[in-house]
Amino acid sequence: MKIHAYPYNDFVIPFLIGTVLLFTIIIFKYIKWIRRFSDEQREVIRHNWYSWKIIPAVWEMIREGLLHVRIFKKNILLGIMHQAFALGWFLLIVVGAIESRDAFYTMQHEQSIEYLRELQQQNGWHFRTTGEDKNPEYLNQRRYRVETEEGIARIDYDRPFYVGIFYRYFVHKAPASFRKHKGYADMMDALLLYVFLGLTMAMIKIFWSKILGMRRTTKHTLVDRFCKFSLWMIFPLRLLAESVTACLYGNGGFFTQAVGNLFDPMIVRGMETSLWMFYSLMLGVFFVTMPFTRYMHIFTELLLIWFRKIGVTEGPRKTGYTYFELNACSRCGVCISGCPMDKVLENHEIQSVYLIRSLRNQERGSRLKMIADNCLMCDRCTVDCPVGIDLSALRRMTRDKGKLDTTGNYKYLAKKQAPFNAIGRVAYFGGCMSHLTPGITESMEKIFNAADQKYWYMDRQSTICCGRPLQQQGFLNQAAELRQKNTDMILKSGSTMLVTSCPICYQSFTKEYNLNIPVIHHTEYIDMLIKQGRIKVRHDDRKVSYHDPCELGRGCGIYEEPREVLNAVTNLQKTRFQREKSVCCGFNLGNTKLGIEEQTAIRNASLENLTSKPVDAIVTACPMCKKAFQHATNDYPVRDIAEVVAENLIN
Amino acid sequence: MIEFGFALKQTRQENMDKVSLDKYNRLLDLEPSFKRCFQCGNCSATCSARQFTDFSIRRVHTSFRRGEYDGLADELRKCMLCGKCTLVCPRGVNLRSLIISMRQILDEPEKTGRR
Repeated sequence: MKIHAYPYNDFVIPFLIGTVLLFTIIIFKYIKWIRRFSDEQREVIRHNWYSWKIIPAVWEMIREGLLHVRIFKKNILLGIMHQAFALGWFLLIVVGAIESRDAFYTMQHEQSIEYLRELQQQNGWHFRTTGEDKNPEYLNQRRYRVETEEGIARIDYDRPFYVGIFYRYFVHKAPASFRKHKGYADMMDALLLYVFLGLTMAMIKIFWSKILGMRRTTKHTLVDRFCKFSLWMIFPLRLLAESVTACLYGNGGFFTQAVGNLFDPMIVRGMETSLWMFYSLMLGVFFVTMPFTRYMHIFTELLLIWFRKIGVTEGPRKTGYTYFELNACSRCGVCISGCPMDKVLENHEIQSVYLIRSLRNQERGSRLKMIADNCLMCDRCTVDCPVGIDLSALRRMTRDKGKLDTTGNYKYLAKKQAPFNAIGRVAYFGGCMSHLTPGITESMEKIFNAADQKYWYMDRQSTICCGRPLQQQGFLNQAAELRQKNTDMILKSGSTMLVTSCPICYQSFTKEYNLNIPVIHHTEYIDMLIKQGRIKVRHDDRKVSYHDPCELGRGCGIYEEPREVLNAVTNLQKTRFQREKSVCCGFNLGNTKLGIEEQTAIRNASLENLTSKPVDAIVTACPMCKKAFQHATNDYPVRDIAEVVAENLIN
Repeated sequence: MIEFGFALKQTRQENMDKVSLDKYNRLLDLEPSFKRCFQCGNCSATCSARQFTDFSIRRVHTSFRRGEYDGLADELRKCMLCGKCTLVCPRGVNLRSLIISMRQILDEPEKTGRR
């Protein structure tokens, strides 16, 4: 005969319901999204499923999903807060599961009928019998009788998955040979304290977010707040429940026992089960609300990291991957602090966190349009985002112009473009904006000549736009048409390399085009020329500050080359916000909604950053930024890197 | 042939009372900075598309202002949205937004019950 013993109390029901609902909803949603993946994305996943790429993927899942290293780099306290909730709670679950497994193994091993009886009497364990000698009387009697005629064949301890969560309630006293009981209790207490540390940080963040490195925090909806409340209540309730149990039975660790000793056993005896009930209820509430709130990020973020690491990228239009991105956002609000729209223009409604929320809630109409349009597309939030969501791509997607985005608009371009034979030459693309800053193009021509490089200035007379301005505004077909025209022109010319002066075009050529020749920005090109010794430059004694253009720095990750060029020709000063923190000049082409007043306000903030230290000139690498600053100041000459180098050429 | 505007043109008379300015007013709602435009033509002079074809953004928005909407939608499709016009505008008119707004308005279905 077999006796199956298992812990059960009615208070686990809310937890069970919550868990079942949570996983049903999540799996249902995931399947729905995965079915919406585009064919290319499926192909990438299939191709990389069993490749080495899963190693960095798993590593990043641990690093960002649990340890939150990126947030740590931003602010240590903020990092502790996020890590405590993620890693702390994760370890609570894992260690709890290991603890219960360990304890049950010992119980099973001991086969002690006395212990079983103790469990049944004190903790209300249930049991059922199976086997030949099945006697219904055993089931009717609440107390187990050892005195069966044939003795007991075997006690089987069933371990339902909820035991780890409510372990202290179900196991007051460990089996005699289980010596690790106290050690586990202490470890669990330490983990609970760790989560409490995070909880404290979260409380501080409400009132004083600045010391956690956040200038402003997210304004949450009611549902989010409710879910957050249930999350925050879980841990104090767990502490209370465990403490009361520790008070009554002395099975707590250093922390819960200490708290438990403060209580009077006579008073709390009746409260024990209700407290565990509340704990379970809070878990249930949190689990049920989770898929509909920002806490959906907990599992989705891991999947997103997985997909991204094995090579899935965002397309121009909404796919299944987009849903993963939208739901991986935890609305932590890190994107808010850096946003120039928030900082300078005091517009607190349009940040990426709100865009994603609107998209997730499937909002339509003017509010979503307002959020999508009111943005400089400076990519600051994309760089800041600890989850690594492609925020600009999401915004571009939202801007899709639908039927306004027509085809066959640029037939007039075909007539004028005579094919040019530039075999073996470097093609130079100034870009639309460089036509307004002839200093840049002239300097580039000087540099080409000084380096004895034959070049083809492909848009000397007239420029076909690279298409990125249209792409940024959601005119995808029109942008594709322009890209086709430029691609034809470049490929037909037979040139070996494309140098461009405009970071906007540069990002377009590198990311949106599919050219079979190398594309480099002129800062990279000049850096290469100097390093190869093809041009000689002198070092002057000017002090300059360098403005990282959004599209070049954050957009394409070119931070080093401009600095190396500037260090070679002049004295580069550091500014407070530089590299990925650089402030947009305000004239980014990604924006159409902001008028001249708003743009100049942002420009002034950017200028202030550049001129905080005494400098002789402001240097940038983008005709747009140059134009923006030029209008703003007469005190400082505004130069492009190409101009600075051309001035310092030694022939 | 590019029209420089020196040719003799037939006299035109427009009765502004009979022109529906609904769309123009709607444009001003969407892009108020257009009120500042004094039609200097800098936008057309710098236009990238203008270098290839007979497209004048100044002519387009002037027609729009007068309530002559015929053919404007097709004309506006020639714009590459490169933003040079916005940058050179001495009055700070947000031309890129203006162009998108014009396209949107021209695309909207005609409202019944004209003024």
